[in-house]
Amino acid sequence: MLHIVNKSPFERDAFTSCMAHAAADSTVLLIEDGVFAAMKGSTVADQLSKTKVVALQSDVAARGIEANLADGVEMVDYAGFVDLVTDNEKIQSWV
Amino acid sequence: MSEIKNFLYVNRKAPYGTVYALESLEVVLIGAAFDQDVSLIFMDDGVFQIKKDQNTEASGLKNFSPTYNALGDYDVNKIYVEKESLEARGMTIDDLMPLTYEDEDDDWAEKSSIRMVSADEIRDLMEESDVVLSF
Amino acid sequence: MPTMDVNGSAVEVDEEGYLSDINDWNKVIGAALAETEEVELTDAHWEVIDFLREYYDEYQIAPAVRVLTKAIGKKLGKDKGNSKYLYELFPYGPAKQACKIGGLPKPTGCI
Repeated sequence: MLHIVNKSPFERDAFTSCMAHAAADSTVLLIEDGVFAAMKGSTVADQLSKTKVVALQSDVAARGIEANLADGVEMVDYAGFVDLVTDNEKIQSWV
Repeated sequence: MSEIKNFLYVNRKAPYGTVYALESLEVVLIGAAFDQDVSLIFMDDGVFQIKKDQNTEASGLKNFSPTYNALGDYDVNKIYVEKESLEARGMTIDDLMPLTYEDEDDDWAEKSSIRMVSADEIRDLMEESDVVLSF
Repeated sequence: MPTMDVNGSAVEVDEEGYLSDINDWNKVIGAALAETEEVELTDAHWEVIDFLREYYDEYQIAPAVRVLTKAIGKKLGKDKGNSKYLYELFPYGPAKQACKIGGLPKPTGCI
């Protein structure tokens, strides 16, 4: 299952709630302000190990945090985004 | 002669996700035309506004982060950043753009506009200012 | 979208005559924009326009007049860094007219 988070984890609880409810074999895709959840050493960074976490490259680059990403977080481009959406039967957006 | 007031702009939102950051920056630049004493606070997700290395090419958004470098030209040189907010996001002052101004009273020496402050110090800044504008 | 004719080709401008796309700009279009402002361009005009375009390129904004005069004075000399000099070149407002001719958006805070 694919989970998509687009809100900052420091402003909303969408990311924390998503990580608390996502199955271990699911993928969490971070887009827009959701990419801030992938920051190394932040107050939510310890949650990143619960599932596979990927972040949209263009949103990471826009916010200047490419060098700040936690280990293990992968980046995808728009084509990779589409692949994730087509490869997963179910998608949940944590708006 | 008009009375000079202390204006404090409080920036708490990340750029791009919402329009608050850009709106605040525009108000600061317009407001700088008036002779007032202006201070900016970046706290909570607002610290991301002055994150270095922003590159919006692939996203198609307008990168307005270079405009923060013009604040010194507008005599906006008191830029307070909350320590606690940086730490919570795994960042240090080195993650921020080096915002500077030229000190007219010191032979135009280039100086940093950024001052790291604690939440306690921010409370005092808010209490001491005449006008608080929050974005 | 209104357009302006430059040597037979149409260039998009906004309601106030500012160029819609900064990337469309070249010196020929600049000269055509100057004509609509009834400004006769000299080297002194181009010096200010080039400065504004460089400033925009670096900071992504057109500077307010106060900032422009200070910065021009620093870059091009004190005799040019004053509003009298700039208003002689651009009688209807140096920031406004020079930005328009340079293909830049209307300056923030320019009322």
